[in-house]
Amino acid sequence: MALLQISEPGMSTEPHQHRLAVGIDLGTTNSLVATVRNGVPQCLQDDEGKTLLPSIVHYLPDGHIAVGRKAQAALAIDPRNTIASVKRLMGRGLKDVSHVETMPYDFVDAEGMVRLRTVQGVKSPVEVSAEILRDLRIRAERSLGGELTGVVITVPAYFDDAQRQATKDAARLAGLNVLRLLNEPTAAAIAYGLENASEGVYAVYDLGGGTFDISILRLSRGVFEVVATNGDASLGGDDFDHRLFCWMLENASISLPSDRDSRRLLIKAREVKERLTLDESVPVRMTLESGDEVDLVVHRDVFVDITRNLVSKTLKPVRKALRDAGLEPEEVKGVVMVGGATRMPHVQQMVGEFFGQAPLTNLDPDTVVAIGAAMQANVLAGNRAAEEEWLLLDVIPLSLGIETMGGLVEKIIPRNSTIPTARAQDFTTFKDGQTAMVCHVVQGERELVSACRSLARFELRGIPPMVAGAARIRVTFQVDADGLLSVSAREQTTGVEARVEVKPSYGLADHEIADMLKSGFEHARDDMEARSLKEQQVEAERVLEATERALASDGSLLDAAERAALDTAIAALREAAQGQDVRAIKIQLESFNRASNEFASRRMDKSIRGALAGHKIEDLRI
Amino acid sequence: MLDLKQDYFALFGLPVSFAIDVARLEQAYLDIQAKVHPDRFAHLPDADKRLSMQWATHANEAFRTLKTPLARGQYLLEMQGVDPAFETNTAMSPEFLMEQMEWREALGEAREAADEDTLEELSQRLRASSRDLVARLASALDERKDLALAADTVRRLKFLEKLQHEINDALTALES
Repeated sequence: MALLQISEPGMSTEPHQHRLAVGIDLGTTNSLVATVRNGVPQCLQDDEGKTLLPSIVHYLPDGHIAVGRKAQAALAIDPRNTIASVKRLMGRGLKDVSHVETMPYDFVDAEGMVRLRTVQGVKSPVEVSAEILRDLRIRAERSLGGELTGVVITVPAYFDDAQRQATKDAARLAGLNVLRLLNEPTAAAIAYGLENASEGVYAVYDLGGGTFDISILRLSRGVFEVVATNGDASLGGDDFDHRLFCWMLENASISLPSDRDSRRLLIKAREVKERLTLDESVPVRMTLESGDEVDLVVHRDVFVDITRNLVSKTLKPVRKALRDAGLEPEEVKGVVMVGGATRMPHVQQMVGEFFGQAPLTNLDPDTVVAIGAAMQANVLAGNRAAEEEWLLLDVIPLSLGIETMGGLVEKIIPRNSTIPTARAQDFTTFKDGQTAMVCHVVQGERELVSACRSLARFELRGIPPMVAGAARIRVTFQVDADGLLSVSAREQTTGVEARVEVKPSYGLADHEIADMLKSGFEHARDDMEARSLKEQQVEAERVLEATERALASDGSLLDAAERAALDTAIAALREAAQGQDVRAIKIQLESFNRASNEFASRRMDKSIRGALAGHKIEDLRI
Repeated sequence: MLDLKQDYFALFGLPVSFAIDVARLEQAYLDIQAKVHPDRFAHLPDADKRLSMQWATHANEAFRTLKTPLARGQYLLEMQGVDPAFETNTAMSPEFLMEQMEWREALGEAREAADEDTLEELSQRLRASSRDLVARLASALDERKDLALAADTVRRLKFLEKLQHEINDALTALES
């Protein structure tokens, strides 16, 4: 139980300044939304008092869209239009999805990400996820009584750039302002570490419905530092269901069940798996639509037998993460279990054996990620005084590189680099007189381009013709705090430049998002223009408020002329924000940002000097 | 005046030398990140966010460089106008090259035979060797001010680091 914080008078944020911020755990099986209210993190409930929202979306012929429990009821009746476990499809092409043959959907293998043909037309996994997020947004806004300032959305630590980008796109589509994408194990570590005041090296073992993550963190007072992370983005509780499903088919001698029968059997398999956590054996009796009878008893031993190697499969990434961290299993002080699948007794037992200690299971594995995300959202929204904030240092899970001659990868940013990070590498031309160069950006650990994920291709044109090897092309990778990459290339002698946000290969193009936003709003669920105006007004208000606070504390960093210029910019922005012209506000915001750049930069310098002022000068023997 | 172009030692308020007080480096790094990290600026205007990302990126790169002995040694050489990478074709001592070949052979054989114990043992020996070279680098930079020797040592350490990566990859491959 977290304690209520009482801060010095004047240090705490005023009650009316409290910004509504939530954390969302967008899970393969279930999704949740949580917030911090009066200093206490809590999950928000729906009208029926439930916190877990099944991550299922049902597209009905009449244009309605059902989400959650209502959609769940349609799983076995209308499998083709009822989308479950959509997280497995995010940022993925058809060939990357495991067990695609048991998914009863009408797949369209579009360029980049796979699409699904439904009764309401072709849908991308981003749109399906956006429906889940929208449902949670409405729940949160009702529960908190106002519009959300921002959200933190959790993603598996092992998600690559395409999967992260897809998640961020889904949030945008759902009308959410993403403060940060946060890695799930890191979110759990925040919730766990703050609650238990833990210090030392901890491992977070996160086995969800469709993904597995292992993160090794160093926890100390106020600092959460991820040392290494690893995982498997397509391994989770679903795979245990699938093993049981196959076992049931085999033992009931059923071949090629229909889509509906498959769905029913899969639902049954999950139910059996969950019951085996407490029961030694579970009977399965059902009559399929085909007329086939299933009459079996599943013993826990059998279940353990057929799924043991799935658990072993999770231990490989665990070993890799420890090696990257330069640690032995014994050096880990505690192992935090996260994700519903860690309830299975043999998972706990095998993980316990590996680390030589019983894993920590005192937090609800279903809600701990959302709770941590809510705590981080509260910090990011600026609801806590700076002195009480913690520092979170996370890493990228997979190396980023570029294709060179012969289909080989030159790694530019190695995995487990602390983010944000940037690295540059120089390349040169291969042929005499070459005037263009293609940059192919990939992510992964293998040496061959073909074994890594392709993130983007772009071209740098206008290189002046020179002899081979004379041009100096500097390619710079920048990874932001969300773990998202942008790449730029620049010819050093002439300054010719190309820059891309890494999106094209596996993400959605900007115009696609715009189209989806438009079509979504045509369904009269929202008024796009009103929303966009409101968003710009809120942004302007936010900027003005922040600037006034900065001027109050650091106004002395500006001389009279600079101050007057900034005041003019403030007045112009304030005036625009009171009007109804979205474009005018946007333009004023941009010019205001330019005007306030120098001030921001001086405040940053002052703040850094302050950080070092604590060190004694006499220590600095040079 | 602080700026992104100042050297990494100055950024963390540390003396310019190879020998480094790791605890102080870590503390200074955390103190700076506590001020500049993007999480502190998520609710602020874009101008602040951009600056924050630049600074946090810079602090991470500076910390990474000073924390690892090889990167720190190389950085100190670069500060003094020596680029060790430019001199890769300088002749390395024959005995070092011989040793390299032996190591490569041993690695190749162990990999072929899927011999985990030998790989682990190689990794241990390599680490011991690296430690000796780091000591030599410290003396070359801090005491003897022998930049040529320091550059040579940096190059050797690079060889060993590459070898260590290959051993780790081989060990990882054995597990999967």
